[in-house]
Amino acid sequence: MTEEKAKAYWRENISMILKLLAVWLIVSYGAGILFINQMNSIEISGVKLGFWFAQQGSIMIFVVLIFIYVRFMNKLDEKYDVQE
Amino acid sequence: MELQNLIYLFVGVSFAIYIGIAIWSKAVSTKEFYIAGGGVHPVVNGMATAADWMSAASFISLAGIIAFKGSDGAAYLMGFSGGYVLLALLLAPYLRKFGKFTVPDFIGDRYYSNVARTVAVVALIFVSFTYVAGQMRGVGIVFSRFLQVDVTTGVLIGMGIVFVYSVLGGMKGITYTQVAQYIVMIFAFTVPAIFLSLQVTGIAIPQLGIFGQTTFAFNDGVRIIPEGTYLMHALDQAVEDLGFSTYTEPGSLLNMFMLTVALMVGTAGLPHVIVRFFTVPKVKDARISAGWALLFIALLYTAIASVAAISRVNLIKNVQNVEYQQFIDGKAKHLDGTTNDGGWFKTWEQGGLLAWNDRNGDGKIQYSSGKVFDHAKGKPEYDGEKIGEYGQRLTTNALPAAGAKPFDNEIYVDRDIMVLANPEIANLPNWVIALMAAGGLAAALSTAAGLLLVIASSISHDLLGKVIFNDPKTGRTKLSEKTELMAARLSAVVAICVAGYLGIHPPGFVAQVVAFAFGLAAASFFPAIILGIFDKRMNREGAIAGIIVGLVFTFSYIVYFVFMGGVKEDYLFGVAPTGIGTIGMILHFVVAYTVSRMTAPPPQEIQDMVERIRIPKGAGEAHDH
Repeated sequence: MTEEKAKAYWRENISMILKLLAVWLIVSYGAGILFINQMNSIEISGVKLGFWFAQQGSIMIFVVLIFIYVRFMNKLDEKYDVQE
Repeated sequence: MELQNLIYLFVGVSFAIYIGIAIWSKAVSTKEFYIAGGGVHPVVNGMATAADWMSAASFISLAGIIAFKGSDGAAYLMGFSGGYVLLALLLAPYLRKFGKFTVPDFIGDRYYSNVARTVAVVALIFVSFTYVAGQMRGVGIVFSRFLQVDVTTGVLIGMGIVFVYSVLGGMKGITYTQVAQYIVMIFAFTVPAIFLSLQVTGIAIPQLGIFGQTTFAFNDGVRIIPEGTYLMHALDQAVEDLGFSTYTEPGSLLNMFMLTVALMVGTAGLPHVIVRFFTVPKVKDARISAGWALLFIALLYTAIASVAAISRVNLIKNVQNVEYQQFIDGKAKHLDGTTNDGGWFKTWEQGGLLAWNDRNGDGKIQYSSGKVFDHAKGKPEYDGEKIGEYGQRLTTNALPAAGAKPFDNEIYVDRDIMVLANPEIANLPNWVIALMAAGGLAAALSTAAGLLLVIASSISHDLLGKVIFNDPKTGRTKLSEKTELMAARLSAVVAICVAGYLGIHPPGFVAQVVAFAFGLAAASFFPAIILGIFDKRMNREGAIAGIIVGLVFTFSYIVYFVFMGGVKEDYLFGVAPTGIGTIGMILHFVVAYTVSRMTAPPPQEIQDMVERIRIPKGAGEAHDH
């Protein structure tokens, strides 16, 4: 594998990591903590939205984020032919 | 069948399974002992990781903490789960590619230094032992409550079980017992959660219970909250009436933020979790394995919000204004005329985790906010076995009537009992209670075993193998495979004995110390590993300086404010000690970066190694010696 290819692979990986971590940050630290009071003004079936994100929603989204990353990386590994 | 026999049956069968698995999966090489031979299927590893991760704290304490803290308790839920995103994206695949046996292995090799390796071993032992002491206490609580033996005997039995499968089977034995333990644990948590959710909201999926409406009217002591009220509205109303802060209203956002960061990063930096990703065959398996692990964890964690809210409602509904004597004799009634059996209240009172102080002398229990006993934490100090006029246990530090609004609080409830007492409070069938006992033990034992294993392997593999018996000419260990395996088993034995001692003689601050283990892991391992992977220029000097500054800062802050009487007003930026690991981590990053840029870059072969771990191809098998 050439050095450029290795660099390009790493760049694509990092850019995906940053996108997913942005979502991770927004659903937990954003919706669940820093903006919880604003989010709490919305209510579904008696549950305040900020409270829901903090106690349940963020966890569900975390799981989805990991599986998105796994799918993306499996494809990326094939694209650059670095899979095992 | 009678409850006690059912409990013996459930616990006995689960123990027999664990021991059976241990004998079947005996480890015969160091590779099997340290990383289960490196051939664990990612789903199996995910399940084992979930059991490893969910400790007595997750199983027993978490829902209790949230039931009493409400909104702020979410820091634990997000913290304990969000760390897996970091693990999957930033750590697990690269550490798997690195392909060794322990976390100090990575630190030592990446920073080409046995000093770094030794510092990592010391940090690992400290973090893991504080954590394991908490597990042993959990084992003790479950044994003394459900199996009617004293805590010491309980801990000794627990030690015996862990001994068999971790010393014999090493990581291999632990992995497969953890799978069994996960299954026991998830059943034990979910079955009562379904019952509770159905009973209180009529919804069978516990995750959706918080969106439900109450199926009964209940008296919170101030007003009657009608049937059909949204569960969360009912709860908010009730706790407000009783003088607590609103359940869904957050407190200090800064401290919640700091605590969440410390727990998340700590989770991703805890060696007993990281090491699980060394056991899968390939880099892509390490990634997906983290996904499975979090999915299995989420099955339990997403039910906690409902379980916590429901158990608080149930507590208020069942104890408020009920005549103590009728209650414990099983003769009290709910508003709708059904029986309200308070046998559980008596059992936990005998166990010392509940107490009633009849401050207004009316023979009825009142529950509201405020201290009931004159003690720093409001805990009761029992007056031997002395019994009051209604049969309640007497204490030496009961506070007199104080005329609080709406009325004086009369009960002390240890929050650790909420989950374990839930099935009894809700009058669920006996087999559910027995299942709970087996689940609590599975949670504590699986985590204890995982922790003991990383302690043992860091001693035998890193300290003995790589530092003390290192051959300076080859840079390899002088120990033979057989000797190192024996050393690993002996280290496991010693670790179990120390853990058992800590379980029987708990340092009074176990619960807090467990939270601090995260802070220390966040300030030491996480930044060192991340920089090792993502910053090729990071060198030995930077890493050692970073680890030491992070650890010393976090450790001293905690010791000063928790054990040496530091006061709240002096908190740095108002950050509580539980969240200080976050600042420690930031300091670590800054110091490591600065020092590394002022000293020589790492040797070329190390930079090449960093390039190699970034690419999955050619991971091959984890290699020894």
